[in-house]
Amino acid sequence: MAEITLEDIIKPENLVYEKTRLMTDKELSYCPGCGHGTAHRITMEVIDELGLEENTIGVAPVGCSVLAYEFMNIDMTQAAHGRAPAVATGIKRVWPDKIVFTYQGDGDLAAIGTGETIHACNRGEKIVIIFINNGIYGMTGGQMAPTTLPGMKSSTSPYGRDVETMGNPLKITELVAQLPGTYFVTRQAVHTPAAVRKAKKAIRKAFENQRDNKPGVSFVEIVSNCNSGWKMTPIDANNWMVDNMFPFYPMGDIKVDGVMVK
Amino acid sequence: MGELKLMKGNEAMAEAAIRAGADAYFGYPITPQSEVIEYLMAEKPFERTGMVVLQAESEVAAINMVYGAGGSGKRVMTSSSSPGVSLKQEGLSYIAGSEIPCLYANVVRGGPGLGTIQPSQADYFQSVKGGGHGDYKQIVLAPASVQEMADFVKLGFDLAFKYRIAVLILSDGVIGQMMEKVELFDQVPRMTDAEIKEKYPWATTGKAKGTERRIITSLDLDSLKMEKHNHHLQAKYKLITENEVRFELIGCEDAEYVFVAYGSSARIAQKSMQLARKKGIKVGLLRLITLFPFPTKQIQTLCDQGIKGFLAVEMSAGQMVEDVQLSVNGRAKVAHYGRFGGIVHSPEEVELALEQILIGG
Ligand SMILES: Cc1ncc(C[n+]2csc(CCOP(=O)(O)OP(=O)(O)O)c2C)c(N)n1
Ligand code: SF4
Ligand SMILES: [Mg+2]
Repeated sequence: MAEITLEDIIKPENLVYEKTRLMTDKELSYCPGCGHGTAHRITMEVIDELGLEENTIGVAPVGCSVLAYEFMNIDMTQAAHGRAPAVATGIKRVWPDKIVFTYQGDGDLAAIGTGETIHACNRGEKIVIIFINNGIYGMTGGQMAPTTLPGMKSSTSPYGRDVETMGNPLKITELVAQLPGTYFVTRQAVHTPAAVRKAKKAIRKAFENQRDNKPGVSFVEIVSNCNSGWKMTPIDANNWMVDNMFPFYPMGDIKVDGVMVK
Repeated sequence: MGELKLMKGNEAMAEAAIRAGADAYFGYPITPQSEVIEYLMAEKPFERTGMVVLQAESEVAAINMVYGAGGSGKRVMTSSSSPGVSLKQEGLSYIAGSEIPCLYANVVRGGPGLGTIQPSQADYFQSVKGGGHGDYKQIVLAPASVQEMADFVKLGFDLAFKYRIAVLILSDGVIGQMMEKVELFDQVPRMTDAEIKEKYPWATTGKAKGTERRIITSLDLDSLKMEKHNHHLQAKYKLITENEVRFELIGCEDAEYVFVAYGSSARIAQKSMQLARKKGIKVGLLRLITLFPFPTKQIQTLCDQGIKGFLAVEMSAGQMVEDVQLSVNGRAKVAHYGRFGGIVHSPEEVELALEQILIGG
């Protein structure tokens, strides 16, 4: 039997995984184990697979993913903290044939940018919103977010979130699902290969909706970890997320094709 | 000759936006400038030229819509009045940092706070010194008539795209609300998508395969690069200062004293000038058209000419007067007169101020 060489193995038909074509070569700035990188990757894979590279304009937020434009190899605009849905509205209204999406954290989307989020959703802007909910302000060092769970510790709720004085966590995804301007609202995660596949399917559906000119916002929440902010190892953070975040922020579709399913 | 119409200043500005080939207007109602969006909604430019008009949920949202659309190479505009313009400052700072061309108007009312809906010129500092954070400038045009409310829209868009900068039409409740005859310029066609892509290669219009992507951002975590970017911005502002100063000199040839004013105060000062001249006082008027860039050189030339004193006339407690002082640099007397908080000074009181505060004071 002839010896098997590397050349025999490295063939296109044997390819099982490759670098996402629409990600740049820039090293990701995210902490190891952080969900942001995976969420970036599947978003760019979807844009690539749908052939939308030349037609898409992304809007980066202020938060850990402020540098999303360094990693996503398409035209990008960086918005002020919380204003991404307004920026995306501006672009989409003057370039209605383009695909426009925002990528935002929970502080960005559900605290400082609540007004822009609700009104873009209520107007039914034909955009995609990708919402990374890690229950904390990752970028600024782990302060309390609008999504921080009751009792959860952060640097500004060092004894745990006291809902009496600090308010309750905001389920903004359930809230926007109630608005007539949202067309597709779903909650996903990216902590296991199975979850990544599901999340990617949801993101694909969101971009297909916009490509097909469906009326309204396609809103994809991804419940994610922030191991640095939560002060846990990546594995502990994922386990904690499953045990604590998922019961409060249940997975799955909330609204599909403009119809509530939950 | 263009079409003649009797219009309010705010309406003339709105009509001019359509005719200047604007792609979009995003705004939020506030007195005394709500006629801009009301006129646009009634006029349906989406049917006339394809221009988008959208009432945003706030001035914050409106300026960020301008940021997004302007960053994608389109001609976009917003307008507001003082409290709303305060809300836009964060967005304007981002627009300066990201070098986004856009046009906006402030039809100024009295402040601070909710203040009054009556006219004022108390937003001068905010307009020319940079109301938001960071080292930045914007071009500030000060119309003194309904005609200029229309003409400065076209000029403003041209300057905005020439320098990739925000251009502000700094008006006030008098100019915005009064009706005058205006000669409207002919319709300029909106640029096609292909023209935009060709002319503005920096704009986010979708990255063609095999080309470099475009990024609109004001961020650079590398401070050395950020300093370099700031140097680039400063060089641009210097170029603007060298090339874009606009003003009007009225009766300054034989003058011993000069009123310095802009907008509605300039119209009043022109009347005061006539009153003073009847009394034998040789006074002229320097009407500022650009507030940034400021006509420093022109004021120095007037000093060379032997002007004894300058009276800054403005509806504020004294803002523009500081730039007059800096320009005069001790070579002549400088004084300020102005009513404020929503009060418009009369030509008579301005003339009296010339005699009592500048000449006699
Ligand atoms: C106007 C303004 N206020 C505050 C900040 C500081 N800041 C930057 S990011 C951030 C929170 C980001 O949290 P989130 O949106 O949840 O994103 P994450 O980093 O967790 O992904 C804050 C408060 C800012 N940049 N701008
Ligand atoms: S701080 Fe948190 S959200 Fe930010 S990169 Fe690190 S793990 Fe991710
Ligand atoms: Mg967060």
